Amino acid sequence: MQRAKFAVTLFATVMAIGLTGCGEEKKPEAPKPEAAASTPPPAATVEIKIGTVGPLTGSIAHLGKDNENGVVLAIEQANAAKITIDGKPAHFTLISEDDQADPKVGTTVAQKLVDDKVAGVVGHLNSGVTIPASAIYHQAGIPMITGSATNPQLTEQGFDNIFRVVGRDDQQGPAIASYLAATEKPKVVAVIDDSTAYGEGLADQVAKTLKSEGVKVLAREKGTDKTTDWKAVLTKIKGEKPNAVFFGGMDATGGPLMKQARELGIKAVFAFGDGACTDKMHELAGEAAEGLLCSQAGIPPQAASKAFLEAYKAKFNTDPILYAPFTYDAANLLIQAMKEANSADPKKYLPFLQKIDYSGATGKIEFDAKGDRKDAEITIFVMKNGKVEPIAVVKSGKTIPFDEFMKSMGGA
Amino acid sequence: MDTFIQQLINGLTLGAVYAIVALGYTMVYGIIQLINFAHGEVVMIGAMVAFTVINALAGSGLPPLAVVLIGTGCAIPVCVLVGYAMERLAYRPLRRAPRLAPLITAIGVSIILQNLAMLVWSRNILAFPQIIDIKLYNIAGATITNVQIVIILTCILIMVALAALVYRTRLGTAMRATAQNPQVAGLMGIDINRVIAATFAIGAGLAAVAGVMVGTYYGIAQYTMGSILGLKAFTAAVLGGIGNVPGAMLGGVVLGIVEALGAGYIGTYTDLCKISGISDWLTQRCANDGHFVLFGSNYQDVFAFAVLIMVLVFRPSGLLGERVGDRA
Amino acid sequence: MSARAKPPPVVFWSAMVLIVAVLIVLPFALTQIGTTWVRVTNLALLYVMLALGLNIVVGFAGLLDLGYIAFYGIGAYTYALLASPHFGLHLPFWVILPIGAAMASLFGVLLGAPTLKLRGDYLAIVTLGFGEIIRIFLNNLARPINITNGPQGIIGIDPFRIDGFSFASYQKIFGLEFSGPTKYYYLIVALVAVIIALNLRLQNSRIGRAWEAIREDETAARAMGINTTNLKLLAYAMGASFGGLAGGVFAAIQEFISPESFVLVESIMVVSMVVLGGMGNVWGVVLGAVLLSFVPDILRFTVQPVQQWMFGRMLIEPEVIRMLLFGLALVLVMLFRPAGLLPSAVRKRELAERAE
Repeated sequence: MQRAKFAVTLFATVMAIGLTGCGEEKKPEAPKPEAAASTPPPAATVEIKIGTVGPLTGSIAHLGKDNENGVVLAIEQANAAKITIDGKPAHFTLISEDDQADPKVGTTVAQKLVDDKVAGVVGHLNSGVTIPASAIYHQAGIPMITGSATNPQLTEQGFDNIFRVVGRDDQQGPAIASYLAATEKPKVVAVIDDSTAYGEGLADQVAKTLKSEGVKVLAREKGTDKTTDWKAVLTKIKGEKPNAVFFGGMDATGGPLMKQARELGIKAVFAFGDGACTDKMHELAGEAAEGLLCSQAGIPPQAASKAFLEAYKAKFNTDPILYAPFTYDAANLLIQAMKEANSADPKKYLPFLQKIDYSGATGKIEFDAKGDRKDAEITIFVMKNGKVEPIAVVKSGKTIPFDEFMKSMGGA
Repeated sequence: MDTFIQQLINGLTLGAVYAIVALGYTMVYGIIQLINFAHGEVVMIGAMVAFTVINALAGSGLPPLAVVLIGTGCAIPVCVLVGYAMERLAYRPLRRAPRLAPLITAIGVSIILQNLAMLVWSRNILAFPQIIDIKLYNIAGATITNVQIVIILTCILIMVALAALVYRTRLGTAMRATAQNPQVAGLMGIDINRVIAATFAIGAGLAAVAGVMVGTYYGIAQYTMGSILGLKAFTAAVLGGIGNVPGAMLGGVVLGIVEALGAGYIGTYTDLCKISGISDWLTQRCANDGHFVLFGSNYQDVFAFAVLIMVLVFRPSGLLGERVGDRA
Repeated sequence: MSARAKPPPVVFWSAMVLIVAVLIVLPFALTQIGTTWVRVTNLALLYVMLALGLNIVVGFAGLLDLGYIAFYGIGAYTYALLASPHFGLHLPFWVILPIGAAMASLFGVLLGAPTLKLRGDYLAIVTLGFGEIIRIFLNNLARPINITNGPQGIIGIDPFRIDGFSFASYQKIFGLEFSGPTKYYYLIVALVAVIIALNLRLQNSRIGRAWEAIREDETAARAMGINTTNLKLLAYAMGASFGGLAGGVFAAIQEFISPESFVLVESIMVVSMVVLGGMGNVWGVVLGAVLLSFVPDILRFTVQPVQQWMFGRMLIEPEVIRMLLFGLALVLVMLFRPAGLLPSAVRKRELAERAE
């Protein structure tokens, strides 16, 4: 009985701590607007809240932080620029939320941003989280721009307030597939995926494009995002003698896949999507990774505008990792539309956002009827000496060597 | 044919790994009828410790084999300690409790170990330094690597050593006695607690070896790697007849081969386009797509679970096990 | 409950009135903090439903099920497939929810039938395998014929609707503001109340006592003339049907589902709730589910700021703390309070005899 009492007391204490904490939870939030409002000039300012959301904890927290940084930078610059909206000076505050890359948490924090009455949202990072969350923003009529969710379904839901500034999987898939078909001229290609929304979606697009270009595609092979032993699948593929292998999945599974393929003596060219387009592939597969092809939606960070890169480096003392230039542009798009509409009311500035024509850190941005970016770029990389290096950019169906593309960006 | 042999080699290697992990399950179950749910996590910790050591020594100029052996040498004591602590803190107090109780604590322990490992080694996939020169050998058109050969040989060695331990030593006799009837064994002067703790420690030591093998073979380690491996290995143990040492070995190898052959062939044999003449609709589908695969390699993980369920339902004693009575 | 002395009717009824009043006012109070909290509460109530369903299998009949979330998934997918653009079907929810519950109980029987002979830990492992198999099938039934849309999940699932009244939209009724989550809240509370009532009735019924007998000693129960086969299947079917029901509501609230939501960890979470609260005790299970399902959100609003304040950065993520708490809860409860926080009277007696 003593033990039982102890356990109960312990539990009660823990819960009490939890509950008091819960009561306190309002405090840091409540004074925030006041404190923020006291900094700008006392004249009647328009207080505009922008939400940013992504995984700030968990396995891809570093990418979430990178996305957040892009928005932080944009907001800071907007506040420094002393923008006036509706005749009054505007002050932007950022509300940052963590969706843990979990769909359930994603909808909860989306609701929280709606509760906080944000004027617009930049996020989320993962497609799987962005899609359910977008329904909540849609109900609330709050514009949302993602800088990294590439799944086509997101903008196929018919929501007029959901946008993306990055290429879709059905742009990325065809881009890497066409590049593969054009440069390597394979006759038979094996397509493998990791049974995730991302991997399967991308692999489907690649298979479709390859078939339409007259390449024979083998029956799809699959693993999971936790598969470590690919040998059975690879052995089967080896028997069919493909010239190239495409894998839709992350580096964690792609690395071992490539290593084991070489151990089995498969000499085909390997191609991957953005999930496995990292230097980590070299760590995981060693020398076997050399020469792999891969693609990334959008342009590599180093190709973003110089002004952005310098400002980012100055502010965060590091270089952007992946999608920061896109979230930076996304936040600026919201602000630009508000300026054009002369209002931070989502209903009023949304039409301007739909018709926007903006030149950002990642180049010219316009949205099509679905809310996707017109002429989004896809970059092709190759693994050289243990590093992925850009070799070409695919834009509106055309492949441009990377050097030329950099020149055109510099000239613009 | 060379494809088939290659698949057998793949399955054999995979099976050898399953087998060593399965030994840990089977020994513990054999002696106290407990499914040590957290055993897979011990394997993970073994791999993680080995990773840390091997990573630190990778640039030291020691020969690769020595580095791996030192890594294993460090992983074993850590895992034995974890295994012992687990038994002492989470299972021993519950030895007389209803059967559900230790199973639930085992789940709890495995969650705790996984998350502690995450705090120590981060969430990231850890890439083992590629220190071993992989050599390929040809067997009838199939390839086998030096690492695969080592894994299979180690597995056989461990199995022989374990059989010797169980059937030739005093400790082994005590273990078998405890397994048959703990009360009587106690009356005969056997310190049951020590015997059980020793069983856990040996199982954990084997888990450490398995962890190192998995880590060096696949080149990666992550804090989540233990759960699925543990489940597969448990399946192997049940398949072979849980509580039976050679059974665990056989079960592991059979499961590995079933998985490899399943992933390798089921797609080919369930591709309805081979018989596309039977319906117009199918003919049309096949003309468009070329394949109509009912079950492909995507069901690889289902095979293991299906085997498990089938064995438990039709032959709960497994391939080599004795008949299991009512154990409620 | 029957084992305890019943409180006088006046006390009992006034307590009931108070609870009902609190439950009615709760969403409005929560909306003051933020509609998010109503949403969080809804998800928590879904866990209560799940835990109550699992309690029938684990708590009443003593069959440990580690794949329970599969039934949740089956219910969710049934709803999603019959009320989304995926197949172009848009049946009303009051038609689909029973179908989903029936589908889930069918699968419950399918799982139960071959595993009738298994006991204890073997059963646990088989159910675990079953749960994974269902998830893998949901994830892979997109080819060769697209049934579940695979890992992409199903988007655009219909919210609950009766004629013009939609549960998802914002609305003013009698001058009171009802947000989407608030409307769902009342529906879910009503469902939970029905399930609790059913559970309580079951517990003291012939069936409930028969389950108890099976749990204590199956051989003896059979000798006493209890049809163990049918009763065990009934436990599976009933437990699963609640899971299926909760799944349908989940799909409607989220308007998007994918196999990711039905992974093993979720099953273990529901088991933890039942174990922590007290296997076999309806109120204990409710308590366990409420405690554990609010933990992540409470942690998010406490641990994070506290760590930021103390160390200037996050050392241990709330998600990790939550999982550690789950693990610790399972171990500590089993070691020190094996019958849970609110033990059922019978369990308490039984465990007191066997332990120590």
